[in-house]
Amino acid sequence: MIKVQRLSKHFGKVKAVDEISFEVAEHENLIILGTSGCGKTTTLKMINRLIEPTAGKIFIDGKNILEQSSEILRRGIGYVLQNNGLFPHYTVAENIAIVPQLLKWDKKRIEKRVDELMEKLHLTKDYLNVYPNELSGGQQQRIGLARALVADPAVLLMDEPFGALDNVTRSKIHAEFKALDELKRKTIIMVTHDVQEAFELGDHICLMDQGKIVQDGTPADLLFNPKNSFVRGFLQEQKLQLEFKTIKLAQAPRPPKGGVKKEAVKKGISISADVSFWSALEHFKFDGVDELNIIDKENNESWTANFEELMSAFYQYKKQQTHE
Amino acid sequence: MNEHQQTLWEFMQQQSDKLLTQTLQHIGLTFISLFIAVLIGLPLGIFITRKKQFSGAVLGVAGILQTVPSIALLGFMIPLLGIGAKPAIVALLLYALLPIIRNTFTGITGVDPAVKEAATAMGMSKWQVLFKVELPLAMPVIFAGIRTATVITVGVATLASYIAAGGLGEFIFGGISLNNTNMILAGAIPAALLAIVFDFLLSRLQKLNIKKLKTATVVLPLLLILLSSFYLLPSAYGSKLKAGFTPEFMGRQDGNLGLIGKYGLKIQTLVINDAVMYKAAYEKQLDVISGYSTDGRLKAYDLVVLDDDKFIFPPYYAAPIVREDALKKFPELEVTLNLLSGKINDSIMTALNYRTDYLHQSPERVAKDFLEANKLYKPARNGNAGTVRIGSKIFGEQYILASMYSMLIKGYTDYDASTKTGLGGTKICFDALTNNQIDFYPEYTGTGLLAILQPSPKTIDSLTHSKDETYNYVQKEFESKYSIKWLKPIGFNNAYAIMMRRKQAKDLNIKTISNLKRYLESK
Repeated sequence: MIKVQRLSKHFGKVKAVDEISFEVAEHENLIILGTSGCGKTTTLKMINRLIEPTAGKIFIDGKNILEQSSEILRRGIGYVLQNNGLFPHYTVAENIAIVPQLLKWDKKRIEKRVDELMEKLHLTKDYLNVYPNELSGGQQQRIGLARALVADPAVLLMDEPFGALDNVTRSKIHAEFKALDELKRKTIIMVTHDVQEAFELGDHICLMDQGKIVQDGTPADLLFNPKNSFVRGFLQEQKLQLEFKTIKLAQAPRPPKGGVKKEAVKKGISISADVSFWSALEHFKFDGVDELNIIDKENNESWTANFEELMSAFYQYKKQQTHE
Repeated sequence: MNEHQQTLWEFMQQQSDKLLTQTLQHIGLTFISLFIAVLIGLPLGIFITRKKQFSGAVLGVAGILQTVPSIALLGFMIPLLGIGAKPAIVALLLYALLPIIRNTFTGITGVDPAVKEAATAMGMSKWQVLFKVELPLAMPVIFAGIRTATVITVGVATLASYIAAGGLGEFIFGGISLNNTNMILAGAIPAALLAIVFDFLLSRLQKLNIKKLKTATVVLPLLLILLSSFYLLPSAYGSKLKAGFTPEFMGRQDGNLGLIGKYGLKIQTLVINDAVMYKAAYEKQLDVISGYSTDGRLKAYDLVVLDDDKFIFPPYYAAPIVREDALKKFPELEVTLNLLSGKINDSIMTALNYRTDYLHQSPERVAKDFLEANKLYKPARNGNAGTVRIGSKIFGEQYILASMYSMLIKGYTDYDASTKTGLGGTKICFDALTNNQIDFYPEYTGTGLLAILQPSPKTIDSLTHSKDETYNYVQKEFESKYSIKWLKPIGFNNAYAIMMRRKQAKDLNIKTISNLKRYLESK
């Protein structure tokens, strides 16, 4: 879907982005992760040509975007900024309708689409005629997201979209973000410096440092097969938590059949095998159950595990990964 | 006080036609200049936000223009654009430019970069970003600039009357020259009110919310054009020749009123400042001007005085006038000042004036040369017996006289002398004298009679045919009314005069004011 080839951006003698290449598949969620100044935002802004590359090529759907009109290109790419960038002199409704206005949609169509998005983002219609400065940070960020999604672009670029929010609001929006059906149809590139966020939302992570991509892979790749000490060091502090969050129950070995005690299950609850070890642990902790009934719909199997069994499955999986 | 207000009100009613015309001219002048300043300043301000490398130069030049004194700027305009509306509008708009350019620049650069980036990233073109995002968000700051510019322009527009562009300045400067407080207030109060009203209206506009601002951006230009059109109302009737008279001359019985009353002269008349009037006549912007018979520019610009065959101009013999308590304080002063008495006649004064006004020699040098040539000059003594304060009005002749008196006082007495030159017109000088700000200044008999004493027309008629009677009358009246003494006349008569270019007067065979009237009435 998106293909970046030997892309560079030099500011004077500084190589902000230095010959990087990567690909993003359709409907995939790529996270560009790195510290400030690593070139991640510059990379993102070259994809909608807010910054013109010094060298290299970018293809979206096989078309070289550097040969397109930048304005037409941008109308087809959603863009979400860290500080939302809402127009203070436009109402919420007018803000969301900017791109449809540029695309000259008729009034009814715009109205219908705005209403639909407001509902999906859990904002009541009362907000439509309100100015952005009357909204909370979380609400503003939702409007920013609605504005980016309104014309249903195939590609969405997000520049630290949740960076300015407090932790509580952020985890709420993360949950909404993952649940939003429209986003599942998008190819997304998101820039962040937040490792947790990257692992939570990314199908695929590019870790950048000094203008270069250090490692490009799935979250599990980065965790269990770090390419070098930089990657290892970058994840070190939150490693255990990340492992719990990254590994899904379905991936780990099943507990031995002998250990299954049918009658004990009635006190437990059923969960999908598609969730991470982290959420399984949360069930033990917060729901006060001894065992969980795990259902794997894809492979049509189900099993029961208590806390100890789950932990041992986790460590077995880890061992397998590191031996590979 | 009550009576005073009554008179002002009466004056304004009596002059309501003129007042209305001047006010409309003033509004028109202000808004034409403002409109053009916005047309230039706004795009220029936008331009320097795009090409930041020019911002320093553009703001610098606009800033320098702002610091040029208004009168000087108006003066610069005359060789380029002549007199009248054109140079006045150009000068006013130059003053209005800086606040407009600067606030446009500040307003646009102050727009949140995240908002601009979002607008670009949404797929807006550069023009769309400008008109949909940058200008609306910068509008309150830009309005503030236009507001500042409006108030400045209303104020500076009073000076437009210096170069025959009309406006409320005609009353203000006429009033100052004529020692007529009502006339000053009749110009100054409406001018101040205009500034306050426009400032208030624009402040309301600035506070409008963003929705209404969209309407305002449409209404404002229309309003500007409407107000500008006031200036284009039909001006005075045309005639074969064009006259330019000073505001002082316009309002005087021994000036334009006499020309109309006694001669029945009908000529298209502009009001113009003395400083630019002679040059305007020389450059054929004007044909007939009011002036002074000893003015050096008469010689410089080759002008000729028309004979006052019906004697409307009273004698203007110059003499120092001194407060009596100053004469007591400085006993040697009277004798010293009288050293100059009878030494300067009309042609000598014209020649002296020519050296300062046209050859641009310093009044001190001209004064010293004259005193040395007449063996009156003595080097300064110690000056330890107190300081005599000398005043002068703002023109060359008074500067020369003030310098001569200063040198005589320093050379013949132990007093020191300080000169307070540039005290504006008669009113300012005379007020300074009565309020003990200065001790003496050179005054003219006619001015003392007509501008200060203002006796009944009958008394004036009976006096002005004779220079001695006039002198005796003012001497007596000043003494009893103000305790101010007229010393002996210096000798020359700097009377009002009507003048034309020598060649034109000869070609048209005009020698007297009556000739001029006849020429204007012939077809």
